[in-house]
Amino acid sequence: MPELLARLLRSPQGALGLAIVAMALLAVAVGPLVAPYAPEGLFPLNRYKAPSAAFPLGTDQYGRDILSRLLHGARATVVMAVCATALGTLAGAVVGTASAYWGGRGDEAIMRTIDAIMSVPSLLFALLIVNLLGKSSVNALIAVAIAFTPAMARISRSVALTVRKQDYINAAIARGEGAPYVVLREMLPNVVAPIVVEMTIRVSFAVMLFATLSFLGLGAQPPAPEWGLMVSEARKFMHLSAWMILWPSLAIAFVAIGFNLLGDGLRDALNPRT
Amino acid sequence: MSLTYLLRRSGLMIYTLVVVSLIVFGITQALPADAAVMMLGENATPDALAAIRQRLGLDQPVWMQYGRWLAGVLHGDFGLSLRTGQPVGAVMIEALSRSLLLAVLSIGLMLLVAVPLGIVAAIRRGRIADLFVSVVSYVGVSFPEFVTATLVVLVMADWLQLLPATGYVPLTEDPLRGIRHLVLPVLTVSVILVAHVSRMVRSELVDVLHTDYIRAARLKGLDERTVLFRHALRNALLPTITIVALDVGYLLGGIIVVEEIFALPGVGRQLIVAIQARDLPAIQAGALIMAATYSVVNFLADLAYAALDKRIQYA
Repeated sequence: MPELLARLLRSPQGALGLAIVAMALLAVAVGPLVAPYAPEGLFPLNRYKAPSAAFPLGTDQYGRDILSRLLHGARATVVMAVCATALGTLAGAVVGTASAYWGGRGDEAIMRTIDAIMSVPSLLFALLIVNLLGKSSVNALIAVAIAFTPAMARISRSVALTVRKQDYINAAIARGEGAPYVVLREMLPNVVAPIVVEMTIRVSFAVMLFATLSFLGLGAQPPAPEWGLMVSEARKFMHLSAWMILWPSLAIAFVAIGFNLLGDGLRDALNPRT
Repeated sequence: MSLTYLLRRSGLMIYTLVVVSLIVFGITQALPADAAVMMLGENATPDALAAIRQRLGLDQPVWMQYGRWLAGVLHGDFGLSLRTGQPVGAVMIEALSRSLLLAVLSIGLMLLVAVPLGIVAAIRRGRIADLFVSVVSYVGVSFPEFVTATLVVLVMADWLQLLPATGYVPLTEDPLRGIRHLVLPVLTVSVILVAHVSRMVRSELVDVLHTDYIRAARLKGLDERTVLFRHALRNALLPTITIVALDVGYLLGGIIVVEEIFALPGVGRQLIVAIQARDLPAIQAGALIMAATYSVVNFLADLAYAALDKRIQYA
């Protein structure tokens, strides 16, 4: 593990990605504690303010402090995205590994069906599911998780298939190791790594998808300080204050770039040959 | 391309379309405990609920509802909109033509920008130009469409007052105003595609430039331009067909958001309107048309790839 971290930090992408993701996680952990104001604290005399000493990022249409809202909203956006991705990855890994284990016609049928499901664009899939479940943050989380499942199933399957064919697996079986040992000690560590890489990159999609659902009015509901929702609300007041749009937009892109870079960095660190 | 491959791929596409129709129908009509209550809300009168149930055939078994719906769809009949009372199919097809215009223009612009960017990054690998392209592509894929669209409107329409922020004018009615309304949506949709495709072109070209036949071409004394354009690029760009086709998925998702923001009356906007109004037949038609477009595009891309790449013999 320390060796992996060292290799990760040696690539510029990995180091930058790790730094950004660490900052995002820090905001999630202590954001609400260090935020100068409450996310819904109103300062009616200070509406549409540009950044100042009192309000470092300015204020919105009700005179709420944008920095405080962003810090509180980190949980609504980042935690939701990570949870949705983890859920989708877990479901996908189960389906994909089962399919690889089955092999033959069952595998073929499952994979063709997954290809077919993947022809529904994820945003459209998520929209349909939210439409079914009703609009709320939790339903948006479930929708994103379901929308991610087919792609993760595909990746898990191909990873599991490659690993199963490796000589060290055959060697373990040949020297008489039991199935639990082979699966847990030999296969799992090699299956988990590529899936974690893919998951990290997917978190950035999830952040964007989640924010998009909230933007369209189908995810988090006002007055939640969710970043996508903040952009959506700020659009009506863009001629009064551009800061209201800029900060949450940059926050979303910043986190998405961070997870993207970290994912690519991890991939390079795990695959030294490329 | 062999006949077997053509048949297998066609069979796969038909299977895909069947699965897609099941998903769309399942999520919209079959799964909700009571689609009528879902549409009219908890406070609807029993009479209104009964009327809706009869109109949508909700009193029949699920498989019969699906059969009736699918039979209608195959005849181009998607049912009547609950919101306007108009046939949904005609509205969606008209909307689709506008969405396709947006999609085709965006893909065109993307190719014009992404392919040269990818080439420059590949031949200047590891230098400033390469770094620049990779920064552009990271930034591009990390801005969701709604953010890009909002920022584009903020700068181009609100600050610089160069172009209209929203609206749509048919090209047949007033070509100049029509184009002015299309610039910002096309720009927004292209950004994420450029980011993605330029990265792919770069990595494909880098791989090709390291092959033996390129070294042979260089050792033969061909100048770098001939090596690049006559030998390397042809093979490097071939996989781009597949990647662009797969990107149509992102494109369709992006179009939903971009049309909504720029008030461009395409399929995406119709779908959002339908979802907000809980207009079941319109949701089904919009979702099915979008997903079907994606699978047909990928079908055509696979055929084109098989026809162009003589090395691959699909059994």
